[in-house]
Amino acid sequence: MVRRITVVPRSGLADSRGEGVRHDARDLGVDSITDVRVDDVYLFEGEDIPDTDILRIAEELLTDHVTQEALIDELSLDEGRVVEVAYHHGVMDPVEESIMKALGDMGITSVSAAKTMRRYVIEGDVTPEQLALVTDKLLVNKIIQRVAAPDEDPFLHARPVEGVTRVEVALLGLSDDELLQLSRDRFLSLNLDEMRAIQDHYRSLDRNPTDVELETFAQTWSEHCVHKTFRGIINFNGETIDNLLKQTIVRATRELNHDWCVSVFEDNAGVIRFDDEDNVCFKVETHNFPSSLEPYGGAGTGIGGVIRDILGTGLGAKPIANTDVFCFAPPNMKLNELPPGTLHPRRIMKGVVSGVRDYGNRMGIPTVNGSVFYDRNYVGNPIVYCGTVGIMPKECSFKKVSDGDKIVVVGGRTGRDGIHGATLSSTEVTEESETTSSHAVQIGNAIQEKKMLDTLIAARDRGLYTAVTDCGAGGLSSAVGEMGEETGAVVDLETVPLKYAGLRYWEIWISEAQERMVLAVPPEKVDELLAVFASENVEATVIGTFTGSGKLTLRYRGVVVGEFDGNFLHKGVPRLERTATWSPKQNPEPDFPCPSDLGGPLKSILGAWNVCSKEWIVRQYDHEVQGGSVVKPLTGAANDGPSDASVIRPKLKSMRGLVIANGINPKYGVIDPYRMALSNIDEALRNVTATGGDITRTALLDNFSWGNTTIPDRLGDLVRAAQGCYDGAIGFGAPFISGKDSLRNEFIYGDKVIRIPPTLLISAVSVMEDVSKAVTMDLKRPGSLLAVVGLTRNELGGSHYFELHGALGNTVPGVDLQTARATMTALHAAMDDRLILACHDCSEGGLGVALAEMAFAGGIGAHVDLNTVPAESAMRDDYLLFSESNSRFVIEVTPENAARVAEILSGVPFAWIGETAETGRLVIDGPRGTLVSENLGDLKEAWQQPLRTV
Amino acid sequence: MAKPKALILRTAGTNCDMESAYAAETAGFDPERVHVNRIASGEVSLDGYHFLFIPGGFSYGDDVAAGKIMALELQKRLGDALLRFEERGRLVLGVCNGFQVLIKTGLMPFHFTRPDDTRATLTNNDSGKFEDRWVHIEVEPNNVCVFTRGMQPRIQLPVAHAEGKFLVKSPSDMRELEENGQVVLRYVSRLGGQPSYPEDPNGSMGHIAGVCNRRGTIFGLMPHPERFLSRINHPRWTREDLPEEGDGAAFFRNAFEYCAGM
Repeated sequence: MVRRITVVPRSGLADSRGEGVRHDARDLGVDSITDVRVDDVYLFEGEDIPDTDILRIAEELLTDHVTQEALIDELSLDEGRVVEVAYHHGVMDPVEESIMKALGDMGITSVSAAKTMRRYVIEGDVTPEQLALVTDKLLVNKIIQRVAAPDEDPFLHARPVEGVTRVEVALLGLSDDELLQLSRDRFLSLNLDEMRAIQDHYRSLDRNPTDVELETFAQTWSEHCVHKTFRGIINFNGETIDNLLKQTIVRATRELNHDWCVSVFEDNAGVIRFDDEDNVCFKVETHNFPSSLEPYGGAGTGIGGVIRDILGTGLGAKPIANTDVFCFAPPNMKLNELPPGTLHPRRIMKGVVSGVRDYGNRMGIPTVNGSVFYDRNYVGNPIVYCGTVGIMPKECSFKKVSDGDKIVVVGGRTGRDGIHGATLSSTEVTEESETTSSHAVQIGNAIQEKKMLDTLIAARDRGLYTAVTDCGAGGLSSAVGEMGEETGAVVDLETVPLKYAGLRYWEIWISEAQERMVLAVPPEKVDELLAVFASENVEATVIGTFTGSGKLTLRYRGVVVGEFDGNFLHKGVPRLERTATWSPKQNPEPDFPCPSDLGGPLKSILGAWNVCSKEWIVRQYDHEVQGGSVVKPLTGAANDGPSDASVIRPKLKSMRGLVIANGINPKYGVIDPYRMALSNIDEALRNVTATGGDITRTALLDNFSWGNTTIPDRLGDLVRAAQGCYDGAIGFGAPFISGKDSLRNEFIYGDKVIRIPPTLLISAVSVMEDVSKAVTMDLKRPGSLLAVVGLTRNELGGSHYFELHGALGNTVPGVDLQTARATMTALHAAMDDRLILACHDCSEGGLGVALAEMAFAGGIGAHVDLNTVPAESAMRDDYLLFSESNSRFVIEVTPENAARVAEILSGVPFAWIGETAETGRLVIDGPRGTLVSENLGDLKEAWQQPLRTV
Repeated sequence: MAKPKALILRTAGTNCDMESAYAAETAGFDPERVHVNRIASGEVSLDGYHFLFIPGGFSYGDDVAAGKIMALELQKRLGDALLRFEERGRLVLGVCNGFQVLIKTGLMPFHFTRPDDTRATLTNNDSGKFEDRWVHIEVEPNNVCVFTRGMQPRIQLPVAHAEGKFLVKSPSDMRELEENGQVVLRYVSRLGGQPSYPEDPNGSMGHIAGVCNRRGTIFGLMPHPERFLSRINHPRWTREDLPEEGDGAAFFRNAFEYCAGM
């Protein structure tokens, strides 16, 4: 039987969920809704659930007696229009697990399963068409949810798989066309060369592969897992590049050879030294593909995945900070401007932000740094970068699998979720993706992961395992495959705990169900290890053994269903050979006179999507949990100015800290990816420097999200950007320690293709010896002196000022690496002597935006003379104010310290430009009079207004 | 004399336990982080501790309602251990999710055993979302709470929650709390007056941020005192003259002094 409890908010109390729906419906043009009430529906299944039990569940568990009342087994009670939304069968709903746990505590045994639904009661004069629109656009995401029919059976009754049917795939006799057809039909995403290599391999074995073998090749050889493009052979404008990654990014790190780099490009994250006892590690992941279809689940599993990368680094690190950087289409796009099959960018943004929020906050990891970049070309491919920093005792920084170790899977159970995620993320998104890819989308369960984190660290500290890795893309196939690459392994697939019956053995092997890790455990420690996990209700199961045979063997109920030669599986993937081209862009230069008033343009730039305040997002993330917050993402007199970077103290008894920053500007990449890479590195390091960090103790991460790099011009952009990464890392002396790429971000509909701009995120982590030397960007007091450090050049290509005039231009800001490094080093020396009151870098919107942000964040006026700004040549006033030249800072210094600061900065471009004042205004004078004279309140309002409410 | 012992209670989703233990340790306690399962199994007895601290987090993911599932877990699995702890005058503190748990166990601010006797709750913020921000707080004069004894009248602390709106069932319930000195903390504006959003971050009745039981020994608050132990935790430490010690430290020192006198 199925019984039902509907929990209804008491009338007269605010229903913020309902109000949210009403607000969003107005955005869709449906303004006749007068009220929306949101009820929670709980369904319970059992042979016989007595009234006493269902009453107790309603009274003791589900109802808040101050704010709610419960209705039992009632189906309709309202005159309004009712929509009930349920998850598709097989989609994980974490609430069900919590309810079953509570029923256990209550001693209720009559319930065998629980489900939740959400019920919307919509009042007002709404047509059926309007209701359908609201349902489709706001209430239901078809990828994971459905509108529940009143008479349906809400519970899934999957039949278990019986016996063993070893399935072979006829491969040996296939023609090239048939090979490609097979790759498409099974979502393998393998190209012809790869299919042929597999065919040849099985011809030499004189047998066909089984289904699980073929699937394993698809996972292990996916772009997502092996970075075939970066490691392949590229013919670039006539020059042959053998392994772009090794020739650029990795090479820079090897050449720099810093002794504080502990483990780079080897483990799940890059590891650097923190202090004498601990190391820190940092990883940033891309999680783009599912986020376009199901933003909430996609983004949540993105953050969940990168957290597991940290748990799976060395013997496991404790996560101490999250970062998130998103790229969306502008939230004000009209519905009729959207390509078919895409969600509205506002909905994507809200979904992604809340997905990261709910997962990150529940994990108890402060989200301390981030950024959002808006461009219309992200409409079909939003970009979600999630990063996590971890800390671990230095002796836990490496792992080793030994022959005879048991393979233990811990954490969540395995379901059909996420099957083919790794291979699908290596293809383009099309208007059909919404219907073909639903099995690849997952909903995360943060509490499952939190439990796993707590127990994993406890087991690590007791020395109960010798290696760990996360189940990410490719699931067990990748995790066990990687760990057993040297030793070989035998896995009994029927021992893997399942969420529900009916999974075939190959599905168990490649499922990307979240919240799972794999451990290598010496046999004598297995019992103690299992007990540690059991003590906090985390499932841990032995599923096989690392054997020492060098072979990977998969068994299901005693029958061998897959057998691999480790060498061919891991080294047999044919190298890609691709052609890349690049030629300089010739964009029209704008032609307009310099306006006499620059206050208007300044406010317009402050209100641009890419500059405006992101407080709406930042506040939804807990940036202070763990108690080590030093410089927060928002700062200043009213806690609302934009910090350049965040500073945290991971060990509460120590003043040693970490600075975490990023640099991203895809607009530059559209013109010149090489200069974009340099600019992004410069920006990330500027942000570190401006907050008090030291570039000589800074490590970098690269994350490339690109268009389809099988097309030569896209690949050429990638080569140029990678070359920029090499030059930047060497020039600044800052090594890359980890990275990731996502190279198929194009949206195809009809005969149209939308490709994202070349999107390179540079993330930085820097060790700071004494966090009390940190500096924030807000002006501190009237009567201090202001200076510009760094040279301003005529570099407005890709600038916000040109965008204001409808132009892109060509002159992307360059980086004079020698001067840039000297500038940052000198400025750091001044900060180390505590001589700098405030410091802000000049980035998007140039000097004008930097001055405005410093002034309104501090609530302190400023009066500066543009004529004194160090510039390379005679420049127009407007270009001088809004050029986005790199390696520049504005600093505030007390008059007493001015001479010492000038002395420290004597070798780099530097000039005093004005002073702070209690005027409440920003005044900027030019050669022919005042260019800007604005009230700080107006400037702040221009900056805060666009994303104040979303 | 041996240090008084603090038990930092953990369950699935607890996530402020490390810094909470640090706060207790800094005040002089000998802190121990203990999972509910270890108490339920009898391995650890509450009787050996002076101070029970339920820290912040998302116990069971805030599923059903924040704090609800853990509250039920404590009620059903610890039996009368909690009641006994309270009756012996031992201290209990719930911060953020810990406050949500305490209020849903029926231990405070009103004591009840039947669920439908509930007269106070914490529910969704009026803003409809989780928010992390610093607030100004007034310590209610004449409150009976042990944790705020001798504290300065105005303090600042961060809040970070989605379900922090304090509600009571009827106006007489509010009068009862006020008359008994059980209202401990209220959100105020920057200048000390009536707060509006976001100075009151959640829309609580009476702008209440923290309440206690009648004896003043069980205290729950939405703001996080363990996140403001040092001046460099403050959002404006780079621009304001602040004492070295943060406003949160006094809560734990009061708890320590009370327990040291037991």
